[in-house]
Amino acid sequence: MKIEEEKNAIIEEFELFDDWMDRYNYIIEMGKTTDGLSDEFKTKQYLISGCQSQVWLTAAMQEGKVHFKADSDAIITKGIVQLLLRVANNRTPDEIVNEDYSFLDKIGLKEHLSPTRSNGLTSMIKQIRLYALVFKTKESQNNN
Amino acid sequence: MNLDIPSIRTDFPILSRSIRGKQLVYFDNGATNQKPIEVIERMSDYYRNINSNVHRGVHFLSQIATDAMENARATVRDFLHAASIEEIIFTKGTTESINLVAHSYGKAFVRAGDEIIVSEMEHHANIVPWQMLCEEKGAILKVAKVNDDGSLDLDYLNSLFTPRTKLLAITHISNVMGIINPIQQIISHAHQNGIHVLVDGAQAVPHTPVDVQTLDADFYVFSSHKMYGPMGVGILYGKHELLQKMPPYQTGGEMIKEVSFEKTTFNELPFKFEAGTPMVAEILGLATAIEYIQRLGISNIEAYEKELFSYANQQLIQIKGITILGTAVNKASTISFNLEGIHHYDLGSLLDQMGFAVRTGNHCAQPLMNRMKLDGTVRVSFAVYNTTDEIDLFVQGVQKAQLMLL
Ligand SMILES: Cc1ncc(COP(=O)(O)O)c(C=O)c1O
Repeated sequence: MKIEEEKNAIIEEFELFDDWMDRYNYIIEMGKTTDGLSDEFKTKQYLISGCQSQVWLTAAMQEGKVHFKADSDAIITKGIVQLLLRVANNRTPDEIVNEDYSFLDKIGLKEHLSPTRSNGLTSMIKQIRLYALVFKTKESQNNN
Repeated sequence: MNLDIPSIRTDFPILSRSIRGKQLVYFDNGATNQKPIEVIERMSDYYRNINSNVHRGVHFLSQIATDAMENARATVRDFLHAASIEEIIFTKGTTESINLVAHSYGKAFVRAGDEIIVSEMEHHANIVPWQMLCEEKGAILKVAKVNDDGSLDLDYLNSLFTPRTKLLAITHISNVMGIINPIQQIISHAHQNGIHVLVDGAQAVPHTPVDVQTLDADFYVFSSHKMYGPMGVGILYGKHELLQKMPPYQTGGEMIKEVSFEKTTFNELPFKFEAGTPMVAEILGLATAIEYIQRLGISNIEAYEKELFSYANQQLIQIKGITILGTAVNKASTISFNLEGIHHYDLGSLLDQMGFAVRTGNHCAQPLMNRMKLDGTVRVSFAVYNTTDEIDLFVQGVQKAQLMLL
């Protein structure tokens, strides 16, 4: 799926929900059922520290696409992380850098992205972009 | 006297608003509490009818504004039962009051090798200024320990006292656990050892009567916004003889007597510590908040909040898997807890969706969280307008969230 299609798919999935409980149950379910990172990656090196909840993020480049894996100590944060990764994963560095992730506004999760919420998500998006930029720079150096 | 809570609730306009279509239940009073209409109106009235700079003009409005501000100081003096109005300094809040003392007391009294004591249960505002002072002076910061039940280890505290100890900075009531420290006893022991005491009263003043002379506190600090008053103003109470010996904190207008380029002499107390144009509207709002508290009676507020607290405690402990932080008996109006297997951020997020305003996280008390081996808690803290009905709703909300998350 293209990045736009993926975002629209998520927005459509959320349109089916009647109320906040359905939305949160869905996110909680996603947080519970997706594999996180194994403990060897839950270290300072991969930690994106929030005051409230913590996020760990790893990234690798394969055939021009970036692959992320992430985890959080809070289930809701972890569920939202998975939504972000559905959009950001397996994209080119340019796609990742150009995406603003505002689709979360459209599915009623805006408050989780407020920087003052300090749950690690805002910093995670910064870090996703940073990884993409680094991979992009490396790529262009290799090409020269 | 029994308080008429339904009538009190109507004094607070914000309580009638809804959050995401649900009635607001405001249990984040430890962070800041809500303002009665008379406080809001007092501030508005100041700007509509009185606004003028204080202590400067001879004109009519300036006189009225100056009188109003000085009457407010007298109201604060009366509220704390301080010996004189010269001991009441207006600051921006608890944080600024502590920074002021760390700076000015530090300059006058603290030398290399001296010791300052803080405790593990302090808010960061009562840790970092002392850390900075110690770094600057080559002084030593010592830390009083907290027992497993959340109470202060008094024997250990006493064992920290040495002839080099200058000051103990300690909270009256813990902002995380609601634990009430035996502050009068602590001050008395410290004084027997020649140690000055600064009491962080931010979480005490809204909930319990405070008499600085009975306590014999050297410094007592708090914020207006946690006691039904506006943000942006707070109090430093300091004993006259100590304030007298301390140099100014900030310098500029208002706080000087004579300025020439050779030498400036400073104004008398309390103005020596109040450089620049003060926040007059906020100061008047604070005075009105104090009058509001006095009208209800702080002892009545304390008694009612005790009922709320006991009720909440009884109801909460029935939730499966709950742990309440700090089991010591002497507590006030604040409960911090966790549910087994549930992250405080998750619980807080769902409670927010249901219209409950609670605090989650480390509550600006990371050393306490480390001591208790936690990354955070959910905290509810009560004010006089809260009710047992709200507590029932809250307990149901917590159980609902627990079902969703487990
Ligand atoms: C015990 C304690 N000390 C200090 C502070 C800081 O108060 P302020 O931010 O109003 O300066 C707080 C407020 O959270 C507190 O609870």
